[in-house]
Amino acid sequence: MDIEAANQRAVQRMLEAQPVLVGVARALDVIPGMRADLVLHAGPPIPWERMSGPLQGAVIGALLYEGLARDEQEAVRLASSGGVRFEPCHDHATVGPMAGVTTASMMVYVVENRTHGNRAYSNFNEGYGRVLRYGAYGPDVLERLRHLNERVAPAIGRALEHMGGLDLKALIARQLTMGDEGHNRNVAGSALFARALAPHLVRVGLDPDTLHETLRYLADNDLAVLNPVMAACKATADAAHGIEGSTVVTCMARNGTEFGIRVSGLGPQWFTGPAPTPRGLYFPGFREEDANPDIGDSTITETVGIGAFAMAAAPAIVRFVGGTPQDATAATLEMYEITLAENPAFGIPALDFRGTPTGIDVRKVVRTGIPPRINTGIAHREPGVGQIGAGLVRPPLEPFQQAVRALAERLRP
Amino acid sequence: MVVRARVQRSSYYDSVALLQAQQALRELPGVEEAGVVMATPANLELLRQAGLWVQELEGAGPDDLVVSVRAVDATAADAALGQLEAFLSRRQTASGAAYRPRTVRAAAQQLGGANLAVVSVPGRFAAAVAEEALREGLHVMVFSDNVPLEDEVRLKALAAERGLLCMGPDCGTALLAGAGLGFANRVRRGPVGIVAASGTGLQEVACRIHRAGGGVSSAVGTGGRDLSERVGGQTFALALAALAEDPTTQVVVLLSKPPSPRVAARLVGMARACGKPVVVNFLGAEPAESAGSVHFTATLQEAADLALRLCGLEPPEDGALQIRAGLSPGQRWVRGLFVGGTLCAEAQVVLCERLGRIWSNAPVCPDAALPMGARSREHTALDLGADEFTVGRLHPMLDPSGRHLRLLQEAEDPEVAAVLLDVVLGDGVHPDPASELVGAVRAAQDRLRPAGREVVFLASVCGTDLDPQGYAVQVATLRDAGVWVASSNAQAARAAAEVAWAAGGAMAPARLPRLEVAEQTVPLPPVPEGVRRLLGGGLRVVNVGLSVFEDSLRRQGVPVASVDWRPPAGGDAEMMELLSRLGG
Repeated sequence: MDIEAANQRAVQRMLEAQPVLVGVARALDVIPGMRADLVLHAGPPIPWERMSGPLQGAVIGALLYEGLARDEQEAVRLASSGGVRFEPCHDHATVGPMAGVTTASMMVYVVENRTHGNRAYSNFNEGYGRVLRYGAYGPDVLERLRHLNERVAPAIGRALEHMGGLDLKALIARQLTMGDEGHNRNVAGSALFARALAPHLVRVGLDPDTLHETLRYLADNDLAVLNPVMAACKATADAAHGIEGSTVVTCMARNGTEFGIRVSGLGPQWFTGPAPTPRGLYFPGFREEDANPDIGDSTITETVGIGAFAMAAAPAIVRFVGGTPQDATAATLEMYEITLAENPAFGIPALDFRGTPTGIDVRKVVRTGIPPRINTGIAHREPGVGQIGAGLVRPPLEPFQQAVRALAERLRP
Repeated sequence: MVVRARVQRSSYYDSVALLQAQQALRELPGVEEAGVVMATPANLELLRQAGLWVQELEGAGPDDLVVSVRAVDATAADAALGQLEAFLSRRQTASGAAYRPRTVRAAAQQLGGANLAVVSVPGRFAAAVAEEALREGLHVMVFSDNVPLEDEVRLKALAAERGLLCMGPDCGTALLAGAGLGFANRVRRGPVGIVAASGTGLQEVACRIHRAGGGVSSAVGTGGRDLSERVGGQTFALALAALAEDPTTQVVVLLSKPPSPRVAARLVGMARACGKPVVVNFLGAEPAESAGSVHFTATLQEAADLALRLCGLEPPEDGALQIRAGLSPGQRWVRGLFVGGTLCAEAQVVLCERLGRIWSNAPVCPDAALPMGARSREHTALDLGADEFTVGRLHPMLDPSGRHLRLLQEAEDPEVAAVLLDVVLGDGVHPDPASELVGAVRAAQDRLRPAGREVVFLASVCGTDLDPQGYAVQVATLRDAGVWVASSNAQAARAAAEVAWAAGGAMAPARLPRLEVAEQTVPLPPVPEGVRRLLGGGLRVVNVGLSVFEDSLRRQGVPVASVDWRPPAGGDAEMMELLSRLGG
């Protein structure tokens, strides 16, 4: 098996992917393998008992939201007794930020990779404060979630249909020239998203209240585009998965307890290690002791070369780690050391439009000892408190070493 | 008195950085002794001997950094340990570079237009780095030694396949289009091209040519094993062919210890075909008969002088030193203490012609091997840069303390008449070796004075007026201390031989082996475009390893990018093995 050829093929598919946001649909109707008693979550597989606070809280919230439980006690009983099943979003072509909990009746963005035909999905971003993705599950949280799923999401879906789909690759390319890196900073991308949707929202026959609420949602939420961007990244990464002999990482994700990766040439197998606690800036009143270990599927952005890998494009956020714009450039330069290609579609202005570092090679990670950089939000370890900061995290090397071991075993002549 | 130590796992620093940090720690108040080393078994043993051993160091391995401090009290020791980080990171912050690349590829990209990698990482990692550089399309100079022979064969085959020049492993120096690499002297550009399998041989010839007003077009180091049967003179042949084509080269000098006869025949055959006068010095063999355009010489000095004459320059007049020595009866032996291996060999060639057998750890005469660790006997010449003397310490060109101890020991031997020394200048070596050496000479003289005994100290200086230390200044420093300074290493050896001979030190004559060379011509290999361009100038270097080489190149105005090198996979042997299976 020629590893170099396999990697070239994998990376080529990543570079050629053309993710387009084609619409909005109910999870049960579109996500492959979705069922009413299935709870999708962020990161590698994990049983209920080992889930961290925010993830358990989000699961409880989702069971209440779906009407599978009437109250918290019943939800806990259901979750801990095997009454529902837990599977990673990633096993279902889906990604979700933070807890990433996605259940049957939730609305999801549908992204289609026009080059290779595969699709990927992501739930709707709830905005700030007490939200399900940080493990909050009070009545106010569920009410807000319901409103988002029943009013805003369908409106956005109709606008997308009206415009015939939104080219997310072009949107990401553009936001990178506007100070976003596509993971922690999505201010420009969300503005572009709103601007693209607005003329169509007014043309799809929404009642004035729904129209207002939808525009308000887009206006108030700097993270609105994060979820479709993540789905775009997932559709891109999946296109590179399953190439025999390839050492390219096609998924990095955390469930709040463990960090895990998957590798193109190693099928569905996860390689995991303990999820680290991010280093960063905390909102007033919070400290590192309050932080949950790293959580969320949003590292799919770094997996395809944006997020922390495109840090040089977003000097405004290096303050999260007490850095300087020079550090932002250095961060991206470092990621070229562990990647196989540069994405010509995503040029970074500060680097003279050099393409983002793309296609993490597990061999390079292990050889150099440079773990991928990850930008991340920091969740409180208690369910429902929400985001308490943002910063930078370096995953453990063990999963990459395990993958190298598995590859050597698999490719043994 | 307390000893405190700390182990920093999987940290790599080059040996010079460690030595500097160690020096800085020693100068702190209350600190009596400090060690900052990579925890190789040899270094741990050194710590033990230096009274710097504590239990915490048990289990530390070659990729761990160890710092140990002996101080008047715990406060002073802990304060010193706390300072280590600052001392080690001093240069990183001073350099101010935004990003320090971790791989050859990234450094080459940062530099733009890189054409050469200089590799001086520890030997067991050097082949992998060199291979990475070759695969990036860079010529390489591998300074590191202790690289397995099969790796050398593989690297040179890869270089040939890619049309690249592979200098080394164990290539100490080179001059490419005016720029000095490694342990490098500043030498004027001129018409003499050199190919050398020996580092100080190259330096001695290049410096003598410079001091006589001549200059060097390029001097290619090949590494000491290039002319072995296994390697077959691959780099030597390519360099000879390149200099034959190089329009700025008029005369070619080939330097090596006696090669395998088959390889020698091939190279001399190529020399005959090269169309330019070629001066050959297989140091340690009786010179073959000169014929046509190929001239054989016995010493480095002869080779340099002949090259000068072939360029129409007069070699320096070397009036023999008129040494007045008040030797006591019984003082009759010469003891040579050399930091340059080839200088040691040349001295033996000269000495043995007059005095007979010269014992050595790197013997030239037959049956003259001095066992490892043995005291000198009769006439002895020691190569102090050989592995047995450098385990756990820096090369004597950088750290002269080892030679000092030996010098005192030799001078105190009542049968010793003369101590023969070399002083090597240039970038990358000690900033003032003559003053260091003079310190030891004076100490020896102080000890001899009460006994009413004198020993003749003789030296030569391998360097030029352009070297940072300054040739004239170094010579004056030595002369001020009563050291007799000759104009070449061979000349110094000749003078030492005369002193010993006059004192009755002549032994049974010893004959050097003779290398017969058949009279054939062998076609030169084709010169790839990349090698031609490399000798043409425009050097842009990726430095991997010792930072002194980076500093040296910067001072010479050569663009450099340095790799912030660490052992692959953090030195994890299992991972390294798996990665090599995966071609990564």
